[in-house]
Amino acid sequence: MSTPLGSAKSLVDTDNGEISREIFVNHDLYKQELEQIFGRAWLFVGHESQIPKSGDFFSSKMGEESVILTRDRAGKIHVFLNSCRHRGMKVCRYDEGNTTNFICPYHAWSYTTDGRLVGVQDYDNLYRPPFDKGEWGLVEVAQLANFHGTIWATWDKNAPSFEDYLGEATFGLAGALRAWDGSDGETELLGSVQKWIVPNNWKFIAENFAGDNLHVVSHRSVEMVGIGPGSNGRRDDYGEAKRAAYPGGHGIVYSLVPPKKTFVQYSASPVTSDYFQERWEKRLEKLGDQAGIFPLIGTIFPNMSFHGQQPRTLLLAHPRGPQETEMWRFYFVDKGAPAEVKEFLRRYYIRYSGPAGMTEQDDMENWNYASSASDGLIARRHPYHYKAGLGRGGKDPVIPGHVTTKEAPGTEQNPRALYKRWAEFMDAPSWDALR
Amino acid sequence: MELSNERLAYLSLMREIEDFYYAEADMLDERDYDKWLALFADDVRYWMPIRKNVAFDNLARETTAEDDIAWIDDDKATLVKRVKQLMTGFHWAEEPISRVSHVVTNIRLTEAVTTIAEGATATVKSRFLIYRNRLETETDILVGRREDMLRRKGETFEVTRRKILIEQSVLRAKNLTVFF
Ligand code: FES
Ligand SMILES: [Fe+2]
Repeated sequence: MSTPLGSAKSLVDTDNGEISREIFVNHDLYKQELEQIFGRAWLFVGHESQIPKSGDFFSSKMGEESVILTRDRAGKIHVFLNSCRHRGMKVCRYDEGNTTNFICPYHAWSYTTDGRLVGVQDYDNLYRPPFDKGEWGLVEVAQLANFHGTIWATWDKNAPSFEDYLGEATFGLAGALRAWDGSDGETELLGSVQKWIVPNNWKFIAENFAGDNLHVVSHRSVEMVGIGPGSNGRRDDYGEAKRAAYPGGHGIVYSLVPPKKTFVQYSASPVTSDYFQERWEKRLEKLGDQAGIFPLIGTIFPNMSFHGQQPRTLLLAHPRGPQETEMWRFYFVDKGAPAEVKEFLRRYYIRYSGPAGMTEQDDMENWNYASSASDGLIARRHPYHYKAGLGRGGKDPVIPGHVTTKEAPGTEQNPRALYKRWAEFMDAPSWDALR
Repeated sequence: MELSNERLAYLSLMREIEDFYYAEADMLDERDYDKWLALFADDVRYWMPIRKNVAFDNLARETTAEDDIAWIDDDKATLVKRVKQLMTGFHWAEEPISRVSHVVTNIRLTEAVTTIAEGATATVKSRFLIYRNRLETETDILVGRREDMLRRKGETFEVTRRKILIEQSVLRAKNLTVFF
């Protein structure tokens, strides 16, 4: 499908750092994104700690569409389109729960938690010859992956494996999801998900967390007030930042803490501070030289972002239109953290992020009015400027990817990589052209 | 009709409580934040849980529990910081300032008391309707319920606990920069 605007590549000049505003406001391009990007990419759906028991489910979204994340009777995880095969009714209208069957409230077709159609009204009498129920189960995603507890899915059977999709960004995402002592996958969600609607294009969010190191003034007020868990500002910041861009469109900002014995954090809560210090010592033993590498923030293409250090969150930017996005914030902690530590973190996390987050609020104001002020006839004629740090960076001895260090701290290389990949997805007829 | 002394005491207490809330609404809408902060006890919990869509037999999880993620879960120190942030002039989400009106209604004392002695507490429920308009046409209407624990402090009260239930699951407002 092409638009009168020409190829996506012609709108995204990452060599020169200029990107057309059309990609943030245009309705036709938005419709194409749903198909070309959200219909094919690996998307984050939820966390296994949301569905610990057989029969547990969590309603999620992939692109604009509702999906159900379930754990079936045998303990296997699935993701289904949340729409009845009979006449399309949403078979599950609950955000979460536990069930044996999803019974459609329209005409009572029922489906098991592994998606099989098992109940059809007056089946023996009405369907002669009987139709094959095996062919009319819930529509299931083409591929599913469990990456250190996070569940990902794609509708495209030709998509590469999730680890191939991540490429070298595997290093950063796995690092972000580690427990503080360095053990793999020992994190869990800290309860329920915040969901809210913001009036801006979803890509403002994706590029921000991929690594917009220039938006310091956005957070001037929160820095002045100080909401951090110990030191001033909004978090305990340690170490040197390195930005890494990946050809898959992912962008991660790492913070590198010198691996020395003491690492004071969370000094406002002695119990929390002690916990982190003790875990840090274990981490030093376990990871050695690598112990000090923390993925601070990042975006996994297209719309999943994370905070890996302070606070610890996962974010989905679900598209709802060129100028509307539904944000979902998930918060996570070490599984083994004491209740008092979890309690301290919970309160810190939500005064930082979410719609009442004293940091996030000011980001959202900027995304809102950047988006709407780009929608006009004249505005659309003038591209955005992504030239910071053009041509800088390269290979790094410790961090994989295209890395820029303190020589160009404000580089916009990560957003550039994201939009380069965006254009490739938009123009590629199939996954074969994207590998 | 002759009113008993007990009835008169109750009515007088209710007027006092209503006045407390009307004065609070004015403090907020007139941005008299220092006075507003003084209404809250030093050990206050100002809490807005999240509402979820759950099945009839799972209603216990309709509102997020006390140790779960909430929209807001502030102590006094954080409330003070929110006010400070509003007064920096750099809090872009409220710069320029929004126009806000708090309507407080359905004020009800849940216990059958006619007086609240010094240091004693009572639970008061109310409804809020908050209209916010900012910049040109950006408008939010936030509606819900509050449940306060009020503690008698001389001629007035202090709020020792406020639970706020907003009647939305997916929040339709882009932020929660207003107070409830
Ligand atoms: S739509 Fe589900 S049974 Fe008819
Ligand atoms: Fe930010």
